[in-house]
Amino acid sequence: MLKSEIEEKIGQIFKLEKTLSQRVVNLLITSISDAISRDDRVEIRGFGSFYPKKYKSYKGRNPKTGESIQIPEKILPLYRPSRDLLEKLNSKQD
Amino acid sequence: MTRKDLTNILHKSLGFNLKESARIVDKFFHIIIDNLAAHNDVKLPKFGSLKIQDREPRLGRNPTTGETIQISRRKAIAFRPSKSLRKKLSESSNLD
Repeated sequence: MLKSEIEEKIGQIFKLEKTLSQRVVNLLITSISDAISRDDRVEIRGFGSFYPKKYKSYKGRNPKTGESIQIPEKILPLYRPSRDLLEKLNSKQD
Repeated sequence: MTRKDLTNILHKSLGFNLKESARIVDKFFHIIIDNLAAHNDVKLPKFGSLKIQDREPRLGRNPTTGETIQISRRKAIAFRPSKSLRKKLSESSNLD
């Protein structure tokens, strides 16, 4: 599913003009990424949580050349799905 | 940050009343949850993608009793952050 499909659905349900439903969805996504970037944890019941995780600098290798390189310290966003959602996912029969 | 904070942001920035804002926030996550539950991937540009993955069955252990148990084949969700989100995080000053 694409962002435009979410925007369409929100627009239909709440009777919003296209530009407004785009602003709504953009604002929600930006707010979540802003929160993670300021080291906040985003916890949505029934869906899961997003949180930043800090990784220390380590020695890595360029997989193509085999050259040894130092990977700098970094922060990556992680997602942990809620138990409810995983149960939903696994209750569906294929 | 929770649904409540997102509700307040919608209310303050776009002028929806609080009740309407709360309904919009709920709907937004509901749409995503329904798609994932139906085993559809969700792509959000400038944020990342949530993809459904298959996990093979494997033998695990009950950490309390030490008993070996069979873990069945199952679906998992993998989040891959977009380049822009990774950049945003590494540029935030939380590395100090």
